[in-house]
Amino acid sequence: MEEFIEKLKLIKKGVDFENETELFDGGFLDSFDVIQIITMLDEDYEITVPPSEIVPTNFNSAKAMFAMMQRLEDE
Amino acid sequence: MIKTVTDYLEITADRLPEKTAFCDEKREITFSEIRTESQKIASVISRQNIFDKPICIFMEKSVECINAMLSIVYSGNFYTVLDVDMPEARIQKILEVLSPVAIITNEAHLTAAKEIVAKDNSLSEEGIIVYEEAMKEDFDKEGLLEIREKIDINSTMFVLFTSGSTGVPKGVIIPHRAFPPYINWYADTFHFDETTVFANQAPFYFIMSCPDIFLTILVGATCHIVPKKAFSFPMVTLNYLKERHVNVLYWVPSVLCMIANFRALPEVHLDDLKHVMFGGEVMPSKQMNMWRKEYPNVQFTNLYGPTETTEMISYYVIDRDVSDSESLPIGIPASYIKVILLDENDKEVAPGEIGELCAAGISIADGYYNMPEKTKEVFVKNPVFKEGDDPESIRMYRTGDLAKIDENGDLIYMGRKDFQIKHMGNRIELGEIETAVSALNGIDQNCCLYDTKRSRIVLFYTGTATEDYINEELRNALPVYMIPNRIEKLEKMPFNINGKIDRAALKEQI
Repeated sequence: MEEFIEKLKLIKKGVDFENETELFDGGFLDSFDVIQIITMLDEDYEITVPPSEIVPTNFNSAKAMFAMMQRLEDE
Repeated sequence: MIKTVTDYLEITADRLPEKTAFCDEKREITFSEIRTESQKIASVISRQNIFDKPICIFMEKSVECINAMLSIVYSGNFYTVLDVDMPEARIQKILEVLSPVAIITNEAHLTAAKEIVAKDNSLSEEGIIVYEEAMKEDFDKEGLLEIREKIDINSTMFVLFTSGSTGVPKGVIIPHRAFPPYINWYADTFHFDETTVFANQAPFYFIMSCPDIFLTILVGATCHIVPKKAFSFPMVTLNYLKERHVNVLYWVPSVLCMIANFRALPEVHLDDLKHVMFGGEVMPSKQMNMWRKEYPNVQFTNLYGPTETTEMISYYVIDRDVSDSESLPIGIPASYIKVILLDENDKEVAPGEIGELCAAGISIADGYYNMPEKTKEVFVKNPVFKEGDDPESIRMYRTGDLAKIDENGDLIYMGRKDFQIKHMGNRIELGEIETAVSALNGIDQNCCLYDTKRSRIVLFYTGTATEDYINEELRNALPVYMIPNRIEKLEKMPFNINGKIDRAALKEQI
C-alpha cells in the first residue's frame, strides 16, 4: 500500500493520498489522472482495469484503488 | 426580421413556453423561464445606461450562465464568458484587452469576482451585477423593445478569446449578423428540431458551445450541460447520456477518444443516439471507427472551422468505410461560406493542389478586439473577389491551415501552414506523420514537432506502445525522411485551456 501511494504521488504531487476520500468529487484528480493511474496499474502491476471498474467509487481514495487492485488480482 | 438570437428565444418561448430547454446539476429551466430571467438581468444592465459595451460573465458553466449571455444580448451590449476555473493570470490578460464596463456573477462567486474587480482598471464594484439580486427586480419590457430597435446587426454579439500563440489571448469579435445564417444552416442541414436532445461538453468560452446553446433556442431542443467531473469516468459519461436520452453529441475528439480508448463503448449502449459530430481538432479515424462499429446506424459528421469564421467552414458526413490510417476529409463548405485555396502569391491554386484555406462570407468575424495589427494580418479583402459575387464574400479570413480538394470534390485538411516543414530537402506535413502514428496499436495521443535547431522531427506520444515498435511500424507506412528522429513517450499529454494538445508546452521539451 505504501509503495502504491508513492506511485500515486508521482502522478499527482501535493495530494493527500493517505487520507483523502474524495479525490474526484473534491476535484483533486481529473480525467487525465485516471488515464495515468490506469496505465500505471497496467505497467507496474500488470493489472488491466475493465471499463466497468473505472467508476468514481473505485478511485475516490487510495484505499479504494488498492482494494480494487487486490480484487482484480484475485480474479 | 430576425436581428439577434434573443428574437429566436422570443419565438420559441411563445411556441414552447413550458418545455425544458437547459439542465445542469442544480436546475432545469424552461424557455419561458429563460426569457423572464434574462430580461430581468437585461433591465438591470439597461438602467445603468450601458449600450454596445463589453460585459463579462464570471459564473460556473450553468443554465444561469446562459441566461446571463442572453441578458447581455437583450441589453444591446456584448459578452465575454470568463470561466471560474480559468487561471487568474489569463483572466487578467483578457480584462486588459477587453476593458469591460460590468461583470455579471452570482453569490457563490461574488468574493472571487470582487478580487478580480479590485485588480482591474476598468471595472469598479458598482459594475458588479449579482444574479440573485437581479432576480428580485422587475423587468422593463418596453425599455428592452426600445433597445432592440437600436441594435445594429453589424454590432458585436460577443467577444471570444482564443489562446494566442504569443501568450496574449486574442478576442475574436463575433457580430449579430453571423448568427442567423450560421445557426439556421445547422438546423436545416442536420434536421434538428424539438425532439433533439443535446449533451453539451464544450466550455462556454469555447466557440464549439454555440451550436449546443443556440440551436437549442432556435429549434426548441433540450440541452443537458454535462458536469465536468462526469468526464473523468467514461462509464459515468455514458450512463449520464443514456439516462437523459441524449441523441446528439457535438464533442471534441479527445473526449470521444478517451471513451473509446477505455474500451467503455461496448459496456453501455446509447439507444437514443442519432448523430455524433466532432470538431475543434483532428478526429483520429481509429477511434472514430471504434464508435462506428458500436453505432453502425448513427450519423457521424466531421466539422471544421475556427472561431474567426463563427465556428463553421465545412463539414463531412461519414458515409463510407474509412481505414484507420486514413485522415477524414473536412468535406464541403457550409452554404453561406465561400472557401478559397490560395497559393503564396494570393492566386487560386489549380484543382488538386495544396493552398492556404481562406474563407469568405457573412459569418467572418470583425477581427480581434483592440488588436488592429493582428486583425490586418489575417482578416483581409478577398483577392479573387469579382463583380457579381456575393457582396458579403469581399471579407476573407486566412485560416493558416493548408488544404486541397480531392477527386470527390471534398476538402482535405493538410495541416497547419506553420507545421509544414522542410526536412532533408523534402516538404513534410507534420500532420501526416501524426495520422500514421495514431493508426498504430497502443497509441493514445501523439503530436509531432520540428526541432529546427537540430533539424530533427520529434514525436511525443502517450500509450503502451514502445519506441522500437513505433519506429518499425512507421517504416512500413511513411517514406524514410518522414520517420521521426526522436520518439519520446510521455506519461501525460499537455493540453491547453480548450482541451487541445498544447504544442507550445511540448516545444519547450525539445
